[in-house]
Amino acid sequence: MTQHEKRGLSRRQLLSGAIAAGTTVVVGAGFVAAPDAAWATEVVALKPETMATLVQMARDIYPHDHVPTEFYVLAVKGYDTAETAAEIEAGIDALNGAAMGIGHASYVAMGWERDRVDVLRGIEKSAFFQKIRGGLVTGLYNQKAVWPLFGYEGESFSQGGYLERGFDDIAWL
Amino acid sequence: MVAKFDLTDTSVVVIVGTGAGGGTLANELAQKGVKVVALEAGGRYLPEDYVNDEWESFGQLAWLDKRTTSGDWRVARDFSGLPSWIVKAVGGSTTHWAGASLRFQDHEWKALTNYGRVDGANLLDWPIDGAEMAPWYDLAEEKMGVTRTGNRPGLPGNNNYKVLEKGALALGYTEVNTGRMAIQSIDDGSRIACKQTGFCFQGCKWGSKWSTAYTEIPLGEVTGNLEVRERVHVAKILHDGAGKVTGVSYFDADGKEQTQMARIVCVAGNSIESPRLLLNSASEMFPDGLANSSGQVGRNYMRHVTGSVYGVFDKPVKMWRGTTMAGIVQDESVHKPERGFVGGYELETLALGLPFMAAFLDPGAWGREFTTALDSYENMAGMWIVGEDMPQATNRITVNVDQPDQFGLPSPNVHFSDHPNDVAMRNHAYQQGQAIYQAVGATRVFPTPPYPSTHNLGTNRMSEDPKKGVVNKWGQSHDVSNLFVSDGSQFTTGAAENPTLTIVALAIRQADRIASEMAAGNL
Repeated sequence: MTQHEKRGLSRRQLLSGAIAAGTTVVVGAGFVAAPDAAWATEVVALKPETMATLVQMARDIYPHDHVPTEFYVLAVKGYDTAETAAEIEAGIDALNGAAMGIGHASYVAMGWERDRVDVLRGIEKSAFFQKIRGGLVTGLYNQKAVWPLFGYEGESFSQGGYLERGFDDIAWL
Repeated sequence: MVAKFDLTDTSVVVIVGTGAGGGTLANELAQKGVKVVALEAGGRYLPEDYVNDEWESFGQLAWLDKRTTSGDWRVARDFSGLPSWIVKAVGGSTTHWAGASLRFQDHEWKALTNYGRVDGANLLDWPIDGAEMAPWYDLAEEKMGVTRTGNRPGLPGNNNYKVLEKGALALGYTEVNTGRMAIQSIDDGSRIACKQTGFCFQGCKWGSKWSTAYTEIPLGEVTGNLEVRERVHVAKILHDGAGKVTGVSYFDADGKEQTQMARIVCVAGNSIESPRLLLNSASEMFPDGLANSSGQVGRNYMRHVTGSVYGVFDKPVKMWRGTTMAGIVQDESVHKPERGFVGGYELETLALGLPFMAAFLDPGAWGREFTTALDSYENMAGMWIVGEDMPQATNRITVNVDQPDQFGLPSPNVHFSDHPNDVAMRNHAYQQGQAIYQAVGATRVFPTPPYPSTHNLGTNRMSEDPKKGVVNKWGQSHDVSNLFVSDGSQFTTGAAENPTLTIVALAIRQADRIASEMAAGNL
């Protein structure tokens, strides 16, 4: 499997043996994938469950319901390295510990976003939370493929600017 | 023919920095036949090199050398290593500026006289006034091609401007227009007219906006009197036993230390680097730093009362389309103390792309309160507050002897805390800005905190009395006659206006003074 691909293994091949991790991803041996197998990503240094939790955490920090999960995966994929794995595993362990402390099986096992956000509020001063949050500011919002989902058009120089293309086209005022 | 001067040439004027002040001064002197070596810390980027992508451009152009921050301003918490958003490149921050070109108002030249004493503020009158500066402003506006001056029409208003205009008029404001901008509004054979591309902050790829990088600098170079040395970092200004400056030492592009001799040295590295250079030039004769007998070098750091207001509407605005600063409301830029503060402020449209909006709307925020704001990004309009802040002796640039930069030179610390007058003004501006958007149906408004400083001012202030400031009315050091300050650090007070036009006007005037004093044998 390539690092991140939209097609490849068949849905059946991919999902056989995979288990749901929360609502957004499933985990299998060495990978996490969309529940509908629309995309899958290989995990090399992190445990697949850790990556799945990290993705859920990313979505809970910056929740955009119209932004597909694969963009959150791409935003945190950079932590899946030998150098960062120990720190991330420890951070996610602590996150799960906080969830278990209030009677849940794990972070992703909490079905309501507000419960997960309560747990995040409890750790938001930690270096781990701030690292993940800070990284997402560019990791998520600086993905060019995400921009159209917010209506943002990016550069316009290659099209001659907006002088002839609606710089003053507001009609509802 | 580009000049090349010898390191041992004692007849040259050395200018440190090539932005609005240094770049203009370099060309003006070169035009008058004065030999100039301009030393620039950054590289040379031209319109074809600029990148219309916020973070990539930031990596290309921003000044990212080691800096520290302190004080109660939020920038020290959210962007502790990035007190300012300015440029390291030939052309300096004229690459990045939005183009707003406003003259000071008469009362602002004499802030102490007109505002009276303000507790905790180090107010002082400038030793010059509006009448003195009027002809120099004329020359600056002509040089820069400022709209709504001369015969130049205003720029057309974009969507973001139209929202501002309608809201402002609904509130009863009358001084509302697309501003005086150093952006071409017509094709007159000089720079090409604005294509409404956006990304003014990232360098204008059309060259429609005035920047010394592609106006003053090449114009100076063709005279054969100007040599620009790129990627050289000035470490120290040198002086002789008589207390006159003799040249500068710098690290060249290969990191090798060099010494350039000079007849005159002009410092124009912006209001953090200029005082830092003077402080780092301390010697046995000048133990507190060069030109610092007043103790004012580095003090009175000003950054304007800033902040932004964004409004969300139920329909699209697409504020990023077109010029970034597309229009202005000037009714509040008057001195009217019954509002609860002295001085005034301008409201100017501003737009950020999605990546920078995510970083600057509410730094550190997360969760749905934050993300639902970004979900409405397409429906946002935005404006920026630019108001006169109070100079305070304790807001200052100092050097961190124990925290050297990449050359081993003490790095600068920027200490800033708001004065109560600044807070009162910002709150008033937030209220008015929000009211403007609510008057046109905003469903949600955001009083957004100040960004890292783009207007850095006042740290080598101009004064009549040598005890109260660093330079005289020509920008000439009170202590060292052949040392000049040529950037916004010479500002005595900040006024409510974007500073570039005034920096350029002062540089044209200073060039005239330096050339005539050289001719008279006084320098």
